[in-house]
Amino acid sequence: MIGGFIVVVVIIYVIRLFELQISDSTYKAYADSNAFVNRTIYPSRGLIYDRNGKLVVYNQPAYDLMVTPKDVIEFDTIDFCNTLQIRRSEFDQRWHEMESKRSYSPYSEQVFLSNLSPEDCGRIQEKLYRFPGFDIQQRILRKYNYLAAANVLGDIREVNQDDIDKDPYYKPGDYTGDLGLEKSYEKYLRGRKGRQVLIRDAVGKIKGRYNDGRNDVTPIAGHDLRLSIDIDLQAFGEQLMRNKIGAVVAIDPSTGEILALVSSPGYDPSLLVGKERGKNYGKLVNNPYKPLFDRAIMAAYPPGSTFKPTQGLIFRQEGIVDLNTMYPCHHGYYNGGLHVGCHGHASPISLIPALETSCNAYFCWGFWNMMRNRQHYKSTAQAFDTWKKYLVSMGYGYKLGIDLPGESRGFIPNVAYYDKNLGKGRWTGNSIVSVAIGQGEVLATPLQIANLCATIANRGYYITPHVVKRIGGVGVLKKYQQRHYTRVSPKYYVDIVAGMRQAVLGGTCTKANLSGIEVCGKTGTAQNPHGKDHSVFMGFAPMNNPKIAVCAYVENAGFGATFGVPIGSLMIERYLKGKVERQYLADEMMNSNTINYNSGDSKHK
Amino acid sequence: METQSTSENTTLFKSLDWVTVGLYLLLVILGAVSIYAASYNFDHASMFSFQEFSGKQFLWIGFALIIGFALLMIDRRVYEAYAYPIYGFMMLLLAVTIVIAPNVKGSHSWIVLGPVSLQPAEFAKFATALALAKLFNTYNFALNSAKNYAIALGIIFLPIVLIILQNETGSSLVYTSLILVLYREGMSGFVLYAIVMAVIYFVVALKFSALTFMGISLGAFIVFVIIMVLIVGMLLIYCRSLVLGRNVALGYLGSGLLVAGLHYLGVDINGYVYFFTVIGASVVYLLIGMFHDDLKKVFITVIFAVASIMFLFTVNFAFNHVLEPHQQMRIKVVLGIEDDPRGAGYNVNQSKIAIGSGGLTGKGFLNGTQTKLKYVPEQHTDFIFCTIGEEQGFVGSVGVLLLFLALILRIIVIAERQHNTFTRVYAYCVASIFIFHLCINVGMVIGLCPVIGIPLPFFSYGGSSLWGFTVLLFILLRLDAARKEYGTW
Repeated sequence: MIGGFIVVVVIIYVIRLFELQISDSTYKAYADSNAFVNRTIYPSRGLIYDRNGKLVVYNQPAYDLMVTPKDVIEFDTIDFCNTLQIRRSEFDQRWHEMESKRSYSPYSEQVFLSNLSPEDCGRIQEKLYRFPGFDIQQRILRKYNYLAAANVLGDIREVNQDDIDKDPYYKPGDYTGDLGLEKSYEKYLRGRKGRQVLIRDAVGKIKGRYNDGRNDVTPIAGHDLRLSIDIDLQAFGEQLMRNKIGAVVAIDPSTGEILALVSSPGYDPSLLVGKERGKNYGKLVNNPYKPLFDRAIMAAYPPGSTFKPTQGLIFRQEGIVDLNTMYPCHHGYYNGGLHVGCHGHASPISLIPALETSCNAYFCWGFWNMMRNRQHYKSTAQAFDTWKKYLVSMGYGYKLGIDLPGESRGFIPNVAYYDKNLGKGRWTGNSIVSVAIGQGEVLATPLQIANLCATIANRGYYITPHVVKRIGGVGVLKKYQQRHYTRVSPKYYVDIVAGMRQAVLGGTCTKANLSGIEVCGKTGTAQNPHGKDHSVFMGFAPMNNPKIAVCAYVENAGFGATFGVPIGSLMIERYLKGKVERQYLADEMMNSNTINYNSGDSKHK
Repeated sequence: METQSTSENTTLFKSLDWVTVGLYLLLVILGAVSIYAASYNFDHASMFSFQEFSGKQFLWIGFALIIGFALLMIDRRVYEAYAYPIYGFMMLLLAVTIVIAPNVKGSHSWIVLGPVSLQPAEFAKFATALALAKLFNTYNFALNSAKNYAIALGIIFLPIVLIILQNETGSSLVYTSLILVLYREGMSGFVLYAIVMAVIYFVVALKFSALTFMGISLGAFIVFVIIMVLIVGMLLIYCRSLVLGRNVALGYLGSGLLVAGLHYLGVDINGYVYFFTVIGASVVYLLIGMFHDDLKKVFITVIFAVASIMFLFTVNFAFNHVLEPHQQMRIKVVLGIEDDPRGAGYNVNQSKIAIGSGGLTGKGFLNGTQTKLKYVPEQHTDFIFCTIGEEQGFVGSVGVLLLFLALILRIIVIAERQHNTFTRVYAYCVASIFIFHLCINVGMVIGLCPVIGIPLPFFSYGGSSLWGFTVLLFILLRLDAARKEYGTW
């Protein structure tokens, strides 16, 4: 009887042990969450060098105070607050903010305070044993060697819930690229997080590494980036654009590598790092001149006269004109009651002189003749459709595909657009003739204009412009190695180059004439509804074997020759000669201010 | 005399129960190894270092073997002859301890002798067992009178009272296991039946006290139903009265259906009213009916019914007013009424996690994280079983349980082969004490019993406990080795 009793009890206990140890696996999970702490080891984010190997962006360590709420037991909050030099109210507020986050869970690590100073970090580190549940997490923040190229480099920020939902790689408190190439190259730059499995005793003390580190995962550093940007040229361009609104884009035509991508006004990239990031970000967003708006790739401007070479190319390819075709210009284009003004020059005029003098009438007549040509096209619509296809092949109307986020596609209208706005069959080449001189509905980004310039320099093809020359360990991305030929035969480009060379030698952009370098250029003076004309220049050099193609676009700054040409040609000079001989011109540009013009002000406020 | 002594020693060597000795040595060594694992530290020292619990435990084992050997050398007759004086001395020691022991967390149970601390309660076990054995071996003694019951229970309850006064309630409860011995020696099984039913009422009434049914607590309702079933069962099986059993059963069923019917009609009857009426009516019926049947057995059934109901009403009172708050909490935790993983439930919760994470074969010797990292408190003493569960898994913990089962069954075999009452009673006392320790200690670690701080024999760290069990076992071995000599007395 007594023996039977103990046998029964032992059987019951064996069943219970079976239940605990074999059939129920939750205890294993509990045990692991008890004893193991998974500490994330952040990899070094990829470094960023300019095209000449100068270090532009590197890393600095930052410290976050993390907390796992379920492990927190009562602690001396006064001591805690004093150590971190925060007020009790701040502590309560932080705790409340943390708890109200969507990603909050008492079982996972939460960021309690981010970006501790090394001093605060040191003080709290010593006392951590008094505050179970709290831990220090080291992270990587960015540091910048140059006060330039913020629009290209972008910044990193803490991930939000959307990021976490989209990519399970991220955990609360991680950082991800926010703007610029930090965003577009995030997957290369971030590397792979590592993990250290530590063991923790009942009072929350870390007792060492689990299994001698055999379960740890070593972090893998991110890929370094070699930019195509010449950081000195970039900084120079930003100085030239001081107190001006606009953009400067310089491209190496042979490779599509962007040498400089200036958007003005710019900002100090280190503003978006660390504790003050939130505050500074708000300031930049609310700044009336919109420094976060990268005008070089996001602003769609009327291209003005820089558009004329495209027209010449189309007319030649379509057989509308030949080199000897002359159009009259008596201070403009008069047709069917429509008048497009022009300035004084010889009349009639052929293509190369028309480019040299930037004659509006020539291109309007050419366009008009193309649109009404019924030998080539059945209708105006078909003629216009053909016209648009050429422009698209030259990189207009669609995103070029630069390796930066937020690029604008510009605008090239199509037949449907005019049918809708002017009425089907109620528009002719004459009624939309302003597109021929880069006005009207046509819009382009400074990048697209620079790309056109590079295409002309290459005599008929371009390589998609990009800011990253090479990814460490990966190489050059294939899409930035392919040539895109336009629908115009390279042989017609030669005449355009000749016209642009003439413009520099004796035409509209004589200020771009550099000693010893054959510069080709084209000005633009773009009318716009916001006030004074935009001053535009595009040019490349040397004429044979081009090394740089530039577009300078200065908002509301008047004639192309006043700001666009000097700035663009200074960029060419600086890049090809390595120094600026016309220092007076550089000083004049740096010290001039076009923002104070009333028109400019009113636009941006 | 010289030769006789030698021959006696040879006989002792031959007739010693080596199975028990083997099990003892196995358990003791496994125990020390477990203590080493339980107290193993990352900045660890050697298993045999006296700075460590395991090193000290090996020292205690050494002393235990000396004690065991010495006990085997003592003439068997000494144990019986001095049973009462030993008992008396130990009771005196328990009483003195209350006064002279320093206060350790509220308990006054340790006597400090220089570097050594001893817990007399551990040594009072063998003394009580000896006294009980001596009592039953007294000529003509049998459990047939209130006086004899009183003497037997007195021997058992004296140490209980003294140890409670030391504030060691857990240790004192061990002595209640000796009631099992009384059962073996002729006590009516009805007492055990009553005890088992009392425990069931207590658990059920508390476990379901939060819910309400028919205007009374669900726990009380279920207990009432159990009482009804037992009354019918006792009438049928114990009183062997088919007529009474059937009539009462039909009466209960009928009234139950009536209440259910009334409920559908919208008339709800209070549970107390119903049960008092129905059970009261059945009791009156039985009191009248018993004159036709076995008078005494029906009367006992009636008394059982009345006592059950009275007990039910004292449960809440006893629970809330007799037990201390921490004891109430431990009971609530084990019954699953309260979940307090940070407070009263912390130990058990962590120990379940430790054992549960062991899996089939465990994490391996010294690889247990929960025990190493001190998640389980008292892991080298009362909660030592966790270390085995975590590191050796299901296989290891079942293995240890089976070793204990083997030891206990072996002791029962030893008890039953005695021709001599003294040794038999003593052996049952030993078996009962081991049963109690095993059931309660392992039961609490795996969350089936409330937390009662008593050690797992041979495994829990501590000299007093190890020596206490060694003394208990080796006296038995000495007595058993002499079983063949009794004929020549």
